Amino acid sequence: MMQLFRALLVALVAVTLAFVREARADSTVLDASGLCATEGTDVARAVEQIAARRDALAARVLSAMLDGDLRVDASGAPFLAQRGDTYQALLAGSGAAKPPLRTPVVDNQLRRQLEPAIAGLRLSVADDDIRLSAAEDLAKHRNDELAPLVRKALQSEKNAKIREKLSLALAQVDLSSDDKQKRLGALAAIKSAADATFKPDLERLLLKDEHGVFREADADVRRAAASALGSIDSRVMLYSMVGNLFYGLSLGSVLLLAALGLAITFGLMRVINMAHGELLMIGAYATYAVEKFFQAHFPAHEDLYLIFAVPAAFCAAGAVGLLIERTVLRFLYGRPLETLLATWGISLMLIQTVRLIFGAQNVTVANPQWLAGGVEVLPGFVLTYSRVAVILFSGVVVAFVWFMLQRTPLGLHVRAVTQNRDMAAGMGISTRRVDSWTFAIGSGVAGLGGVALSQLGNVGPELGQGYIVDSFMVVVLGGVGKLSGTLAGAFGLGIANKLLEPAAGAVLGKIAILGFIILFIQRRPQGIFALKGRAAEVT
Amino acid sequence: MKTRTATILLSLLGAITGACKGPGSEAAPAAPAESAKAAAATSAAAAAPAPKADDTGPIKVGILHSLSGTMAISETSLKDVALMTIEKINAAGGVLHRKLEPVVVDPASNWPLFAEKARELIQKEHVSVVFGCWTSVSRKSVLPVFEELNGLLFYPVQYEGEESSYNVFYTGAAPNQQAIPAVEYLMSAKGGGAKKWVLLGTDYVYPRTTNKILNYFLKSKGVPESNIMEKYTPFGHSDYQTIVADVKKFAAGTPTAVVSTINGDSNVPFYKELANQGLKASDIPVVAFSVGEEELRGIDTKPLVGHLAAWNYFMSIDTPENKKFIADWKEYAKAKNLPDADKRVTNDPMEATYIGIKMWAQAAEQAGTTDINAVRQAIGYQTVRSPSGFTIPMDAKNHHLHKPVFIAEIKADGQFQVVWKTEGPIRAQAWSPFIPESSKKIADWTFPWACGNCTEPKFKTEGAVAEK
Amino acid sequence: MSAALTRLEPVLPKRGWAAFGAVALLSILLVPALNSLSPSSALHLPDYLVTLFGKFLCYATVAIAMDLLWGYAGILSLGHGVFFAIGGYAMGMCLMRAIGEAGVYRSKLPDFMVFLDWKELPWFWRPMDNFAFALVAALAVPGLLAYGFGFLAFRSRIRGVYFSIITQALTFAMMLLFFRNETGLGGNNGLTDFKQIYGYPLHAAGTKHALYMLSAAGLCAAFLICRFVTTSKAGRVLRSIRDQESRVMFLGYDPTRFKLFVYTLSAVICGFAGALYVPQVGIINPSELQPSNSIEMAIWVAVGGRGSLIGAPLGAFVVNGAKSWFTVALPNAWLYILGLLFVAVTLFFPRGLVGALSRIRK
Repeated sequence: MMQLFRALLVALVAVTLAFVREARADSTVLDASGLCATEGTDVARAVEQIAARRDALAARVLSAMLDGDLRVDASGAPFLAQRGDTYQALLAGSGAAKPPLRTPVVDNQLRRQLEPAIAGLRLSVADDDIRLSAAEDLAKHRNDELAPLVRKALQSEKNAKIREKLSLALAQVDLSSDDKQKRLGALAAIKSAADATFKPDLERLLLKDEHGVFREADADVRRAAASALGSIDSRVMLYSMVGNLFYGLSLGSVLLLAALGLAITFGLMRVINMAHGELLMIGAYATYAVEKFFQAHFPAHEDLYLIFAVPAAFCAAGAVGLLIERTVLRFLYGRPLETLLATWGISLMLIQTVRLIFGAQNVTVANPQWLAGGVEVLPGFVLTYSRVAVILFSGVVVAFVWFMLQRTPLGLHVRAVTQNRDMAAGMGISTRRVDSWTFAIGSGVAGLGGVALSQLGNVGPELGQGYIVDSFMVVVLGGVGKLSGTLAGAFGLGIANKLLEPAAGAVLGKIAILGFIILFIQRRPQGIFALKGRAAEVT
Repeated sequence: MKTRTATILLSLLGAITGACKGPGSEAAPAAPAESAKAAAATSAAAAAPAPKADDTGPIKVGILHSLSGTMAISETSLKDVALMTIEKINAAGGVLHRKLEPVVVDPASNWPLFAEKARELIQKEHVSVVFGCWTSVSRKSVLPVFEELNGLLFYPVQYEGEESSYNVFYTGAAPNQQAIPAVEYLMSAKGGGAKKWVLLGTDYVYPRTTNKILNYFLKSKGVPESNIMEKYTPFGHSDYQTIVADVKKFAAGTPTAVVSTINGDSNVPFYKELANQGLKASDIPVVAFSVGEEELRGIDTKPLVGHLAAWNYFMSIDTPENKKFIADWKEYAKAKNLPDADKRVTNDPMEATYIGIKMWAQAAEQAGTTDINAVRQAIGYQTVRSPSGFTIPMDAKNHHLHKPVFIAEIKADGQFQVVWKTEGPIRAQAWSPFIPESSKKIADWTFPWACGNCTEPKFKTEGAVAEK
Repeated sequence: MSAALTRLEPVLPKRGWAAFGAVALLSILLVPALNSLSPSSALHLPDYLVTLFGKFLCYATVAIAMDLLWGYAGILSLGHGVFFAIGGYAMGMCLMRAIGEAGVYRSKLPDFMVFLDWKELPWFWRPMDNFAFALVAALAVPGLLAYGFGFLAFRSRIRGVYFSIITQALTFAMMLLFFRNETGLGGNNGLTDFKQIYGYPLHAAGTKHALYMLSAAGLCAAFLICRFVTTSKAGRVLRSIRDQESRVMFLGYDPTRFKLFVYTLSAVICGFAGALYVPQVGIINPSELQPSNSIEMAIWVAVGGRGSLIGAPLGAFVVNGAKSWFTVALPNAWLYILGLLFVAVTLFFPRGLVGALSRIRK
């Protein structure tokens, strides 16, 4: 027992000593003024020197520099710029910043130097995520200088994912090693990761030079390379299939959100709402306004704006919808083609109004931090958070609409009025009020679509124009008056489009889809899900 | 019933074909094909609006930019900057002691309407010059009108080249003033030493021609066909998932650069997808030719840091001229209550518009008249001190501006940081030497050539040697 | 003679014929005559107005074709831009070929093909050298397309809103198709830089007058043809199809045949208008195929008043005139004015301007 304890103690001391030796650099001295040099080569040398410290401070300084948050004061001390023009000293014990503060200029060349340098510095960090992203950065490009460091890290690394990335990073170096075993080891690592990044390297191994002699002399290595190449190819095929399916799902959810409001206003109420696109646009602008409001008043919670944007967009678009219904549409029921003309005029006015208020230019709606980026679930296939969020959001909105229509008194009235207006009126339902509310809710749902669109693309006065034809296609294809039809129509179109796109190209794919819709409607004029009975005759 | 219809249709057809032969007898003499253009030139002089009415009244200046429709996003600020410049000139006493009177029309992003409005500006308003158009199709649409009526147009946007008209002055960049330097930069060690190239664009003539030139250029630099990927998307395309994934696949393992000629509105979804799929500028830099400060206002730029743009002007260029230009613009935006006035930016086409108007005003002063023929002769020899800090001459021969080239990276604040620039302004090549058919063509409006696309001079003289 | 007159009687009453003749003659002759006056004269009409009016006349012809279809047969097509554009493209191709080697590249091929590195003309361009063939194509291609599309649609009894929406899909798909550079029709830029038509230089005043007069005559002819159709027995069947299609079917008529006929005729007229439109505006490109353009065509008819054949061209003039005027006079407000016009017409004048005028007269 005692012995064990002593052994532990020795080990502890050894580890501590090792750390102390690692951190031999003095954490109170660092001259960062070299980073602000005007010549690129001087800056590069300064970065090298700082990276050579191999301590946590170097990592902080360099990553602050990469992010553009590094400031260097007159004495050369580094500071971290923070929100609201405050600066945090990066050196222990340095006082307040002595002006003037300079910002080191970072360009791509420097970024290509900084990224692996920072990754190398972070390989010994305790946090798994940081180590993983460091290992990923290192695996991207071949880096001979850092190879010994990576090899050392690999020996002590326990996390399987990080090990894989590290061995990939090493593999790039080992692939051109003189040692056959190292080459074979590298190929094994490549094969198990099946990372497409290595394709050019592997193909090079299998090439013959101008004399017809293989570049790679060893047959074993060539065989291993060929098999690694084969597994990469089959993986790439599989993943691009999975990818296309996801892209289709994502496009489908966009179409669904764009069309859902129309499925109510057009599908249930038979208003050919050409201003539907503009309601989407108003939803997107409401998102923008909420974002602005948060930036101005709650900068600390800016990322939460999106949550508040959802009800805001619903209300804004709903209010505009209510206004349209009360002032114009209520006089036009039963004359669907004339609603088309009136709403077309309204859409022109809405576009111009937004243009006059917000300007003709697009406005910025940023993804909140928690929606930015994505996770690489398979090599080469990134599941982007914003797309996933839109898919989930479309599900929530569908659920909301379904609940509203099927489980609330208002929904009951809406269904009653759309199925048989006179009978409903006879039962004491105020059809006028139901019309107003239905249209307002349909418009509000369009506004929700606008929130989603603002996260994926442009927010500008013309935003809605791009979605109006697609929205009508979705509703008509699915079957007017059927929520499930709209659902099927949107996802069907989205997935079909994305499966066609790689083969036919974006333009021809879209033409083919439109051609298909035209033919399909001719075969089945009532859409995928046909209404039965009398309702089908009313058009 | 069917036979009756047939008779009607047939007789209708007869009426048209018969009527078609009519015009000769009652109207203009039939001109043979070749002389059509010559006839245009002579009749144009007669048709040219002679602003003889009163030489003391204001000088009318046309502004032909879309204020509605899809192009409004880009063109509205050009209209504003043109009005600002005219206001400045008027405040300084006008031109020839006469005030300039801007005539603003809205062609509503509708190409035939561009031609109609151009005709109206020249024939009805008798404007002395027109500043306007954006996109090649709008320029191509008005070109016949300007040539027919002998008008004067200043076109302020970068374009694909392959054109030089007697009636147009091009103050935007030709491909050799934008695209080729950008590609050369990306090939260099500093730019990342790209070996593979993705040429990505919206499917219209500017991207097509630019990419064609770049294709020839890259091949001349030894880039094999298999290392070039060319892809086009329709206008307003908003789903770039597949394309970004393809770029990633194509680029795997080799230094790759993307040359983007994606048109305005599609840029936001493209860049958002790029950022979300984790393509960083240090891995695959994207250089864009249609993304400037104005476009970045509509994009969340944080994930785009490091991607590049090539222009002849950036708002971040630090010169006294530029400081004044920006200050003037901001002041004007505030005074006129433009939307988002405090955040207005300047960009390359705005600078080009500004230079164009200055240049025309100088030329009119020098010519002592607003007569189009006289002013045109004078413009070719003007220089203007540009906001970018260079003395920029207009080329009398090919009607293009000599321009400096800047390549810059996007910064997190939506501005650009210049990483490379030319020593001085470079001359535009109206006809690209990289396209076989064009390489033989000469654009030279001075004697003895007097032609925008010829292989031999119009006037025969001893030892005339053209400068390409 | 008198037999002929009685046959014409139902088309227009006698006084109607006289009025029509007067208006037709006036519309054909007045503009060129005023334009020919010396520029100093107060009544002189500037050149740009001649082409502007010519353009309006083409739009008015389209409006009549729309009215025939919508006002009389109750079929609202939101894809008539397709037929208009195809007619325009056919004429444009012919004009492109007529440029010969005077183009930018001095090549025998159209400029955009030189851009695209094409070495020879695609098959569908070859016969377009022939002016007469191009004219026939300008009428026949829209007609055939309408016949095929209409056959499929009407046979499956697609009606009302559904028909409007699939015609939108049609024009949208065609727009994408014509946008593609590989399609071989000039991509986004379309066809432009025309020099001459049938040997006459396009910018000459005489050619412009002739084109204007042809457009005016074409409008009158379209009016007569549509009037002839609507006053015939077929016209009565069409109107009853509009009002009660099932009942017409029970009476033993086949609505499909009537609808198909009128749809095709309307497309042919649009193609004709497109063919006259292109030489006057000097450009044809896919923006004509934008879904919004086709919707605007319906709006002309609605503004003018459906089902009278007089309202439709009137609406085309009013809407386009307002557009031309307000884009200069009030660039920032013109969308409001147009928008309000559409809303006001649908709300207060469901029968359009013609309805409003007749109400005032009463």
